[in-house]
Amino acid sequence: MGMNRSPLLELTGVTREYSGYRALDSVDFTLNSGEVHVLFGENGAGKSTLISIIAGALKANSGQIRFKGQPLRLSSVHHARKLGISAVFQEFSLVPELTVEENLFLGAEETRYGCLNRTAMHARATEVLARLGFQLRPDASTAFLSRAEQQMVEIAKAFRDDLSILILDEPTASLTERETRDLFSLVDHVKSQHVGIIYITHRMSEIRQIGDRITILRDGKFIDTVKADTSESELVRMMTGKVIDQIFPAIRFKPKKEVLKIRDLSTTDKSVIGASISVRSGEIVGIAGLVGSGKSEIARSCFGLIPKSAAEITFNGEEIGHLSPREILDRGLFYIPADRREEGLMMMRNARENIVLPALTTPGISSGMVLKRKAEKVRVKKLADRFNLQPSNPELDAGLFSGGNQQKIMLAKCQTRKVDLFIFDEPTVGVDVGTRTAIYEFIRDLCEMSGAAILLISSDLPEILHLTHRVYVMGGGYITAELEPDEIAEEKILKHFFRDGSVPQKASIEHDLN
Amino acid sequence: MSKIIHFLKLALVRLGVLPFLLLIAVAIFTFLSDNFLTGRNLINVVRQSTYLTLVSMGQMFALLTGGFDLSVGTILALTSVVGATSMAMAYAAMPDSAMLSILVGILAGGAAGTTIGIVNGIGISLLNVSPFMMSLGMASVGFGLALYLTGGTPVYGMPTEYGDIFGFGAIYGLPVPVVITMVLIIILYFILNWTPAGRYFYAVGGNIKAARLSGINTRLTLFSAYALCGLMAAIAGLLLTARLDTGEANIGATMPLESIAACVIAGVSLRGGIGRLENVVFGALFIGLVQNGMNLARIESYLQIVVIGVLLILAVVADQLRLRLVATMRN
Ligand SMILES: Nc1ncnc2c1ncn2[C@@H]1O[C@H](COP(=O)(O)OP(=O)(O)OP(=O)(O)O)[C@@H](O)[C@H]1O
Ligand SMILES: [Mg+2]
Repeated sequence: MGMNRSPLLELTGVTREYSGYRALDSVDFTLNSGEVHVLFGENGAGKSTLISIIAGALKANSGQIRFKGQPLRLSSVHHARKLGISAVFQEFSLVPELTVEENLFLGAEETRYGCLNRTAMHARATEVLARLGFQLRPDASTAFLSRAEQQMVEIAKAFRDDLSILILDEPTASLTERETRDLFSLVDHVKSQHVGIIYITHRMSEIRQIGDRITILRDGKFIDTVKADTSESELVRMMTGKVIDQIFPAIRFKPKKEVLKIRDLSTTDKSVIGASISVRSGEIVGIAGLVGSGKSEIARSCFGLIPKSAAEITFNGEEIGHLSPREILDRGLFYIPADRREEGLMMMRNARENIVLPALTTPGISSGMVLKRKAEKVRVKKLADRFNLQPSNPELDAGLFSGGNQQKIMLAKCQTRKVDLFIFDEPTVGVDVGTRTAIYEFIRDLCEMSGAAILLISSDLPEILHLTHRVYVMGGGYITAELEPDEIAEEKILKHFFRDGSVPQKASIEHDLN
Repeated sequence: MSKIIHFLKLALVRLGVLPFLLLIAVAIFTFLSDNFLTGRNLINVVRQSTYLTLVSMGQMFALLTGGFDLSVGTILALTSVVGATSMAMAYAAMPDSAMLSILVGILAGGAAGTTIGIVNGIGISLLNVSPFMMSLGMASVGFGLALYLTGGTPVYGMPTEYGDIFGFGAIYGLPVPVVITMVLIIILYFILNWTPAGRYFYAVGGNIKAARLSGINTRLTLFSAYALCGLMAAIAGLLLTARLDTGEANIGATMPLESIAACVIAGVSLRGGIGRLENVVFGALFIGLVQNGMNLARIESYLQIVVIGVLLILAVVADQLRLRLVATMRN
């Protein structure tokens, strides 16, 4: 990278406030063409805010932006796109009623004689998807796509026009490992075409794999821009301002009685076939598998969310297969879903109401009919402090919190009532290292101190390796292996991701800090 | 000057559009008519607005859950017709017991109106019919029934006591309909803000999947919203019948629009999950105020309908503007 070339994008002193709260405080940032510049920082550090400004979705309160040497004032995302600045945001902006190709060309429809030119759009959509290697039908309806597939549509949207700057905000959070590999080779490809890439991730391994430079933000402030070969502990120190040497806590398991027993569970949509699982109190049981392997569906069907064709599910000795989520919750089984926006939170209601929602009829919060609003406030404040919610004001709308802090709100929800079995579905997606440690410690405490049973569903292999007592591996809807404490090892798990035993490449498997 | 503008912007962001609309309306009508800003007239406004207030509060529950109820007008009509007919029949059968026949009429009318709400609730919560189709369909069913029952003519023959008490009566100088409305405001305010059930309405509109995962009976909540909406419209229908002294099939035709307008002006989100009862009351009062002002200013009644429609759209536009301001403001 020549030092004499002027940068593709240059931000100086960019500041952005939300009603008095400085999400960005005089941040400097440069992006060269042909580099992958990683933005690194804790949840709420201001990463998404920064890229929203670059992508035209937000306006800065002060500061300069220069693009290809010229001052830049963006009026909208559309304007930015026209200049070749495209972003794939954390939160998707797809219209579920439209097809993939209609979404691809939304706002930039191709016309001929004033009419939509469907043939041309179809051809171009097919071409873009093929170029990106995405296995998607252009005429598929967006409503039925998985999160990973929606992500692909978002990425393809960015590649629709000529690109100068590509912004990816935690793009791999919901991609399978193959798709991640494809995405990375794609990034390499556009890099060679002098596109500048801004990449947000919380995953160390990704920084190692594709990063060139890293800019660290903390509390909205610019800390430093460093080369990608900076040591991990150094990066974490800059990000958190303190030294974290142990991400995963040691957990002592004292398994007692069996809490959950699933026998021969099959879902009607065949996403799970003949699965049997048992979880005891005082232990953490993991379900590992790729995205789409059916691991999440096991939990969802046992919580009464997807129809089962056959199963025998006993919880604390009682058959619960026919019960509704409410009845199951009342018996002490809590499912914490993976998708915050879809199923986790009411984004336009405040954090307090979100947190106490599962517990509104419990004695601490209401006397059956009437709410104890004081007690509610006190309770929520305690939980917010315990999870170190940032900003610490629970009266703020859930949608205004950063991704990681939304995750904390979700976890706080399950602490409002008595629970015997927690099912965590991808509990650390999009969560920074510091918060991750806190979440792991939280899970440990649940298991060690309260003696709860925990089912941990995760695509994050280190999480499975370090936290679980026993592991079920899933592939293609089947449980392909059950690993006892002394058998839990990376190769063993990987070997069972596919039913035929072929070992996937280790491309995106994250490595822990130690 | 720029300070004033900044202050106005701030007020708009904090308070919403309603206070501004109220101020503008009061200013205009005071200018157009001397009789507008008098205590007597303002009490009049409050009394005239009670029916809309009741319906709007019910409508709010439907809106909170992310739907709406287009059948509120018919509920008024059917309640009025059934209530008046049964009251008149009971009174004819036992001319000595006016109170008993009033009770019979109230129960019959209330039941008829609420039934529409209940059917709406069943269709929307259990059969997954969209609120639009369900309430539109029921609007037709109810209106047809009301016309069929009366042959399109007003129903007379209710005991005069009914109108004397529920239409024109007063308690400590306050009109009876106003007192009843105030009691209902307090009850509904309590339900929404101080009970788990109230939170459920917000939760179902806020994110129905999250609500379900949090153990909330979403079907029951949806059902209750429409049943309650039906009940409120039925109460409004009974009170309006008392005021008119006749049962009529064509009252309430403007209620769906006006009640939704009152809610939207008051900041209730059409996507569900957001809205405050006290604001809805003011929203309904505002619409009543505008209608009263236009009457005093001798604006033709057909034109008044135009104005209400324009106001609804303006309120939505202003609210969008407000949201944009929220996003761009520094402070
Ligand atoms: N509209 C808003 N109003 C008030 N505060 C906001 C708003 N949007 C974001 N914030 C706050 O600004 C801060 C920065 O948020 P941002 O989304 O940029 O964080 P982030 O670095 O992307 O975090 P994450 O890794 O969790 O996605 C957060 O503390 C967030 O709560
Ligand atoms: Mg973010």
